[in-house]
Amino acid sequence: MHNNPSDLIVVDQLSKYYRVANKQPGFKGTLKHFFDRKTYDVPAVTDISFKISPGEVVGFLGANGAGKTTLLKMMCGLIHPSSGLVDVGGFSPQRRQTAFLKQITLVMGQKQQLIWDLPPMDSLYVNAAVYGLSDHEAKVRINELAEMLELGEELTRPVRKLSLGQRMKSEILAALLHKPSVLFLDEPTLGLDVNAQARVRSFLSEYNKRTGATILLTSHYMADITALCPRVICIHKGKLFYDGDLDSLANSLSPSREVKVELKNPCASEQFKKYGAIQDLNDRFVCLLVSRDKLTDVVSNLLTDFDIIDLEISDPPIDQLIGELFIKGEVN
Amino acid sequence: MQRYFKTIRLFWSTAFASQLEYQLNFLIELLAMLGTLLGSVFILSLFFTGGRQLGDWTWESALVIQGVYTFLDGLTNALLRPNLTEIVNYVREGTLDYVLLKPIDSQFWLSVKKFSFAGLPEIILGLSIVFWAAIQSGSTFSSYSLFVFIISLLIGFIILYSVWFLIAASSIWFVKTWNATEVLRALLAAGRYPISAYPVILRFIFTLVLPVAFLTTFPAEAILGELKFNILFFGLILSSLFFIFSRLFWKFALKHYTSASS
Repeated sequence: MHNNPSDLIVVDQLSKYYRVANKQPGFKGTLKHFFDRKTYDVPAVTDISFKISPGEVVGFLGANGAGKTTLLKMMCGLIHPSSGLVDVGGFSPQRRQTAFLKQITLVMGQKQQLIWDLPPMDSLYVNAAVYGLSDHEAKVRINELAEMLELGEELTRPVRKLSLGQRMKSEILAALLHKPSVLFLDEPTLGLDVNAQARVRSFLSEYNKRTGATILLTSHYMADITALCPRVICIHKGKLFYDGDLDSLANSLSPSREVKVELKNPCASEQFKKYGAIQDLNDRFVCLLVSRDKLTDVVSNLLTDFDIIDLEISDPPIDQLIGELFIKGEVN
Repeated sequence: MQRYFKTIRLFWSTAFASQLEYQLNFLIELLAMLGTLLGSVFILSLFFTGGRQLGDWTWESALVIQGVYTFLDGLTNALLRPNLTEIVNYVREGTLDYVLLKPIDSQFWLSVKKFSFAGLPEIILGLSIVFWAAIQSGSTFSSYSLFVFIISLLIGFIILYSVWFLIAASSIWFVKTWNATEVLRALLAAGRYPISAYPVILRFIFTLVLPVAFLTTFPAEAILGELKFNILFFGLILSSLFFIFSRLFWKFALKHYTSASS
C-alpha cells in the first residue's frame, strides 16, 4: 500500500502487544512473581489499517481498554508499534523529530501540563519559548485563542483556583500555541459539565473550520462524537470494527426510528400493529419502531387515522446502539 | 541554542514565582538551610580543636573542602533535588508524555525545569568560605588556578548530576524508585572531609569507583594550587564518560517507556 499524497495519516496493519506478568494473590504468589515471573503478550491493538485526509475530524469509539488510547499514542509517537506502519505527514511518529513535534499536539483530559501553582499565562510563555515563538508571536497567538475559548482573566489566576472547565480550556490553549496542524485529543471533555463540554466542542469545531487542522479524538461522551466527528472509527478489543461516517453507522445499526404518539382517546394495541413494532403501549401513549423507508407513509396514516395530540420521531440513542453493537461483537 | 537559554530563563523565573506562592514555606527552607550550614562548620571545628589534623590537611585547607561541599550541596538543593526527584512523578502521573512531545531535549527539560532559590545562599556562602579559607591558608590564586578550580568544580558537578540522573531515570522501570536522594546525599556527605582523611581502601574507592574525591577534594586542591594536571585530565575524561553514559541510558530508558506505557 502506498501513499496517496492526499492522505495525511496512514496506518497500515498496525499492532501493539504488551508484555505482562500476572501475580497470584498471597505471599506465595509474591515469591513466585519475584523469582519465576511468567510473562506473556497481550494484544492491545491488532492489525488496524486506515487513512485520514487533512482537515478531517475523526472520532475513535470503543469501550474502556479497547485500544483507543494505545492507537492514539502510536500515532503521536509515544508508543512504539510492535508491528505495522504509522505515517503522519510523512514522518514516522516514533522518531519524534522536531519538525514532526512542531506539527502535532496532544491533549489528555485526565493529565495536565500547566504549572499548578501559577496562572496559565506563565506556563503559556514557557511553552512559547520551548516552541521557539517570539514574545510578540506568543502574545498575538494567546489573544487569538483566548478569544475563541472565551478565556479572559482566568489566564492570570493560579491554575489551582480555576474550575475544571476553565482549566481544560487553558490546557487546550497551551496545547495549541504552536499552531499544530494535527490534534490528538484523548478524552478532552472528561469530567466537564454539560455546558463546558459544549463550549469545548464548539471551539474544536470552529478551530477545525478556521485552520483546517486535522482532529483525532477519543471520547466517552457520545455527544462529543455526534457533534464533531463526521467520521468514526470503532475499535473493539483492539480490532477495527467500523470505519465510516457516523450517519451510516447509525443507519446500519438501526434501520428503524422511534415514533412516539400521544392520543386524545385510548386505543387498543391491535389498531397499531399494521404500522410497526409496538415498543410500548400505555393508555394514551404509544411508542412504535418504524423502519426508515416507511416512515413518512406511517406518519401520515397515523395522523389521518387517529386523533393525535403529539407526535415525536427520534433515533434510538447512538451510544445505546453502539453499546449493543459491542456486546453483539459483530463486524458490520 | 538561544531557544534553550530562553527556555531556562522562563523555567527558572516560573520556578521562582511558584516558590513565592508559598511565602512561609520559602522562609522555613532558608532557615533549615542555615541550620545545616552552622552544624557542619561546628562539626569540622571539633576535628581541629587540640591541633589534630585530617590527613595532611590543615584547618584552613580543610575548610576549603567544607566550602566546596557547601557549594555543591547548594547546587544540589537548587537544581538536582527539585528536578531529579520529580522524574518519578512524571512517570507515575504520565505527564512525561507531554515532555516527550515537546520539540526540546527531554533530558534537558527534566534536568533544569525547576530551580530552588533556597539553594542560592548556600552556593554563595560555599564560594565565600572557599576563597576566605584559601587566602587564610596562604595561597595566592592566579588566573590559572582559578580556571582549574572552575573546571574541577564542573567535573565534580557533572559526575554528581550524572549518577543522580542515572538513578532517577531508572524510575521508568521501577516507577517508585527507592529513595535515591538519600543515597546520593550520603555520597556527597562523604566528600565533606579530605579524601586523605579516609583509610587507603576507601580513598581508592572514593577516587575510582564512587568518584567522591572529584566532588570536593580535587576542586579544593585546585584552588590551593596543588592539583596535579593528570588528575584534572582524568577527571575531564571521567566526567564526560559519566555524562555520555547518562544520556545513552536515558535514550535506552525512553525506548523502554515508549514501548511499554499506556
